[in-house]
Amino acid sequence: MPVILATDLIMYFLFLMAASFTVFAARGGGVCAQVWRHIRKDRLAMVSMFILLLYGGVALMDSIRWRDPITAQDGTFAQTPDGKRIFNPQALSLLDRILHNLREDTEKTFSPPFAGYSYVKEAIERPNGATERDYAPLKHPGDHWLGTDKVGSDVLFSALKGIRTGVVIGTGTTIIIIPFALFFGVLAGYFGGFADDIIQYIYTTLSSIPGVLLIVAFMLIFGTSGYQGGLVTEDTLLFGFFVPQDRLFWLCVIMGITSWTDLCRIIRGETLKLRELEYVQAANAFGVSDTMTIIRHIVPNLMHLVLITLVLQFSSLVLAEAILSYIGIGVGPETGSWGNMINSARLELSREPVVWWSILGAFIFMFGLVLPANIFGDSVRDSLDPRLRMGKR
Amino acid sequence: MLNYVIRRIIYAIPIIIGVNLLTAILFFYVNTPDDMARKILGEKNVTPQVIEGWKREHGYDLPLFVNESEKGAGKVLRTIFFQKSLPLLWLNFGRSDRNNIDIRREIRGRMWASFAVALPTFIIGILVDITFAMIIAYMRGTSLDLSGVVACVILMSVSTLFYIIGGQYLFGKMLRLFPISGYSTGIHAVKFVILPVVIGVISGAGGGIRFYRTVFLEELGKDYIRTARAKGLSEGTVLFKHALKNAMIPVLTNVVVSIPFLFYGSLLMESFFSIPGLGSFTIDAINAQDFAIVRAMVYLGSILYIIGLVLTDISYTLVDPRVRLG
Repeated sequence: MPVILATDLIMYFLFLMAASFTVFAARGGGVCAQVWRHIRKDRLAMVSMFILLLYGGVALMDSIRWRDPITAQDGTFAQTPDGKRIFNPQALSLLDRILHNLREDTEKTFSPPFAGYSYVKEAIERPNGATERDYAPLKHPGDHWLGTDKVGSDVLFSALKGIRTGVVIGTGTTIIIIPFALFFGVLAGYFGGFADDIIQYIYTTLSSIPGVLLIVAFMLIFGTSGYQGGLVTEDTLLFGFFVPQDRLFWLCVIMGITSWTDLCRIIRGETLKLRELEYVQAANAFGVSDTMTIIRHIVPNLMHLVLITLVLQFSSLVLAEAILSYIGIGVGPETGSWGNMINSARLELSREPVVWWSILGAFIFMFGLVLPANIFGDSVRDSLDPRLRMGKR
Repeated sequence: MLNYVIRRIIYAIPIIIGVNLLTAILFFYVNTPDDMARKILGEKNVTPQVIEGWKREHGYDLPLFVNESEKGAGKVLRTIFFQKSLPLLWLNFGRSDRNNIDIRREIRGRMWASFAVALPTFIIGILVDITFAMIIAYMRGTSLDLSGVVACVILMSVSTLFYIIGGQYLFGKMLRLFPISGYSTGIHAVKFVILPVVIGVISGAGGGIRFYRTVFLEELGKDYIRTARAKGLSEGTVLFKHALKNAMIPVLTNVVVSIPFLFYGSLLMESFFSIPGLGSFTIDAINAQDFAIVRAMVYLGSILYIIGLVLTDISYTLVDPRVRLG
């Protein structure tokens, strides 16, 4: 039985976007081909793209999930009295199933990377019957490439689970706001007048509130409800497979509320400029309706700005997620996220001997996503907007 | 000039009112006083009577915008909006929900600690960023330029949390150069302030240097620079006397806006280094779910930002004679 979270839809949409980008780039012409031509020549950007695709692939695998039916003792599927199958409340993703070794091979407590013995002394019984305190051998020596955390689960696995959260926040936030920013930006820029005044007033007011504080306020008020990760209960499911109340999704929406104003302002400015161009004037002169002019002539010429915003905001959003989760207003505690990992591992730095692998694992995975995203984003921006080019003269 | 300043301030008033209305809707309409009471008193075992009592005690028992039970002006005056939200306009923040402390007094007491950390970070940060940006811009096109830009991108890609945690661990725990966290008043504050300042400067350096480098390169591509070079001026004179002066305008946009925020400090830095400033005040309020404090801080943050915007506009007129006051 599949389980689809609201944020999974973002991942599927992202996959569709990447696929259609490939198709358009291969066909030649248009924004996508322009970007592709530029990136192909930029070796660093190509490497970054490859890494980003790897991350995206892991995130996508972590977004395809289903629940297994529970089998009764006689081997048949367990059923409710009215003949419905009963499903396991745990919705495991494709990633969980592929890496079931990592997920299930847990230890008792801390162990360093590649270690054969536990990091903490405990009472062990020797073959000769004596009990002494020593470092116990691990159940799965050498299997934990990044060690294990306090409750003995594999750090590499937790870090891999954080990828989906990072990718969803980094892209989903912008994807959610694009329609609104486009609509209001074009409305303000194209029609001007009263609509322009109102929309400008709204986004000036919203952007006057510092982003973090607005997110804090929203998350304190709405944020703590909804599906937090972990077990799926029947009452959170819509139609038996869809989870609309997904806390991660609301985090995207809330971070979007604070960041749509920038995109809206840019789009308004560009629309103001486009409105005066000859082809738009010609369309007006031929009696093309405003709606058609906007759809055929204005919006396609804004898409490069949308693409630039999408790639440039990605890295800062990923970094922001970790900080919000650290403050305790980010994703739920059961959702795998690098912010949560850092938060729980921070105090372990002050214990003796120090436990460093857990926090380092989270930082390395985060860095591994943000650095390629920055390089790739710069390259995309350079290919689309020569005016903004960073000093390549 | 005075005319312009006054007009600029008048433009800011509708925005301040908008922010006030927005915080009122968020904190009183979307999140009703009943929700607040439940969160503060605990979700379980709360009877409606207890909630009503708490609301009456804290003055949340009134209607939000219109009080139908009153006559005349009381319809508007005896409401939550008038008594709780409107006073924010004259910076009367009221009392906190949990400990009943006077928020304004608390803010006054704490803002200097924030300032003591934020001001050095701000000034040293700008100096470091601009210096490096000018060196990189001076060396443009060389391998030093390229490696500088790469270093900036790498610096930008590291989480602030890493800088803080790593810095505390390295300088505080391993090398024992500075106390890991804490604060003290007077001259002893210095030793507590150094580490957060250093970390703050480093964590902001990547983005800052890259931004200023772009600004300088943009200036250096302009015609008047070519003229200056054609006159035979040295590259140093061109860079420092001509480019730096003209680059002040984009620099100002970036800088002046954040000056009022120096009193606010940084949420992360203050909570990690236990500096008793406004940032840690906000974090504590978030953890305690004290909505009165969070509301006050959201509002204060917006006011400081708006003041920053007004200051930016005014500073433009001072550095750029082309900006007309009309």
